[in-house]
Amino acid sequence: MFTATLQRIVRSGWEKFSRDTSSSSAALLVMVIVLSIVTSLFFLQGVGSFLIQSLRESVDVSTFLKDSAPAEDIEALQQSLVALPEVKEVAYVSKEDALVQFMERHKQDQVILDSLDAIGQNPLLASLNIKAWDPASFGKITAFLETTPLASIIQNVDFHERAPVISRLAAITSGVRTGMLGGSIFAGLIAVLVAFNTIRLTIYSSKEEIEVMRLVGASNMFIRAPFLLQGIIVGGLASVITFTLLVPLTLFLSSKLETFVPQFSLFEYFMNNFFMILFLQLFVGIGLGVLSSLIAIRRYLKV
Amino acid sequence: MISFQKVTKIYSPSSIALSDVSFEVKQGEFVSFVGKSGAGKTTLLRLLCAEERATQGTVFFEDQDVAKIPASQLSHLRRKIGTVFQDYKLLHSKTAYENIAYVMEVMGATDTEIARDVPGALEIVGLLSRSHHYPLQLSGGEKQRVAIARALIHRPEVIVADEPTGNLDPYHTADIIRLLVKINELGTTVILATHNKEVINHLGKRVITIEEGRVVRDEERGKFIL
Ligand SMILES: Nc1ncnc2c1ncn2[C@@H]1O[C@H](COP(=O)(O)OP(=O)(O)OP(=O)(O)O)[C@@H](O)[C@H]1O
Ligand SMILES: [Mg+2]
Repeated sequence: MFTATLQRIVRSGWEKFSRDTSSSSAALLVMVIVLSIVTSLFFLQGVGSFLIQSLRESVDVSTFLKDSAPAEDIEALQQSLVALPEVKEVAYVSKEDALVQFMERHKQDQVILDSLDAIGQNPLLASLNIKAWDPASFGKITAFLETTPLASIIQNVDFHERAPVISRLAAITSGVRTGMLGGSIFAGLIAVLVAFNTIRLTIYSSKEEIEVMRLVGASNMFIRAPFLLQGIIVGGLASVITFTLLVPLTLFLSSKLETFVPQFSLFEYFMNNFFMILFLQLFVGIGLGVLSSLIAIRRYLKV
Repeated sequence: MISFQKVTKIYSPSSIALSDVSFEVKQGEFVSFVGKSGAGKTTLLRLLCAEERATQGTVFFEDQDVAKIPASQLSHLRRKIGTVFQDYKLLHSKTAYENIAYVMEVMGATDTEIARDVPGALEIVGLLSRSHHYPLQLSGGEKQRVAIARALIHRPEVIVADEPTGNLDPYHTADIIRLLVKINELGTTVILATHNKEVINHLGKRVITIEEGRVVRDEERGKFIL
């Protein structure tokens, strides 16, 4: 009895979906668009967080050390810097390392390499490269470097020149973050409203039928079932379509994006979040389909 | 079984459909309502299945005040009444066969029962060859006959037929009336609204005449007098 009823409900939902082609395809189209928007926002959030993270990490302060600085003083300064709560890590770059890095950076530029040869000795200074957890806290770190008893071994701090850039970056990253979140929520909300309205309109065209069903004695649940199923089919199918479109699309965009953000692969990000995205789409698609059907039918069940 | 007590229905101040209507219908009776167009016959039948609410007075079905039935429970009342609507009210997205099957599904009939009963009902109203036509592909009289088959299929306690022969030729009209009489003889209460004089005079059953929303005559073995 129960399976027979279930079978009948499924059949009625499929019938509704397959016969009411104009409503079904309209709802399907809108739903695919909505899911694409929601998924794009998800990706944007991913790319954005990655960019902000790498920007923050790329900010550091170089403390150049005098050639005369004794090794144990350098060691002590590094220890005291690591002990600061604002500091993420401190890397020591020796004179030799600095030269290797410099030559690597300028290996295309024969003039510079030639002049380096002409000097005959290593002109570069050893340095301590400091990374902070938060770009905003570099002010505190420089203050520390100015007042520390070991200040005498410091030749100069390569922060002052970059100070405005760093503090601006701090402001921008937090601004971008809240802006993106707000934008996502807003765009998502609009998309949901559009989908809801489309489904409402398709059900409006069934107003008369719903009233007739009531008049011939159908219970509310019996009337709702095919509409709910239609919502589930539309939502589910839309997720499958969007998801299938996503594979070639991210592959294509990945290669385009590589020139701008070399360390970030959109396709990889997609693959890493495969189930998260699939679940997000199914949840939004089916949830939206079912919820809007329920709300839209409610008002016609009054006869 | 059915009882109207001082029922008044006012759609709007300019449209008073029924005023102070009282009557009673016993189980197994065959009652016809006659009256000019706009007299209030359809309104009266709408009140019975709670499609509309009375402005004043009470409508009882089996000692139950239909206006007090909550919307979610109305389906139980309506399953006891088979209605032929004046405007048919077929489901446009379903074929003739499926329209009739739908009522059986609503009643919880099995697929086997549906496959057994529906073709028979279509045959009785002479539409077996039109089973798979949608309402839009049917003539007015054919739609009316689908509506009649739908009202009978689940053997309701009461059949309410609002002008069921309005679109039928004399041949089909006689058929349908004969069918209603036969169902009535098997114990079903029948309520008929019509302005077909021959039908009424031929029936020789109880007739309630309505004029401008009031009952003006109520006779056993009545005649069609307007
Ligand atoms: N929904 C409505 N709103 C306002 N007035 C209505 C409504 N339905 C019916 N009426 C009015 O109520 C009166 C009775 O209508 P009703 O449909 O009951 O007449 P009827 O006897 O069935 O007529 P007919 O024989 O033409 O079917 C008419 O004057 C009609 O205009
Ligand atoms: Mg009428």
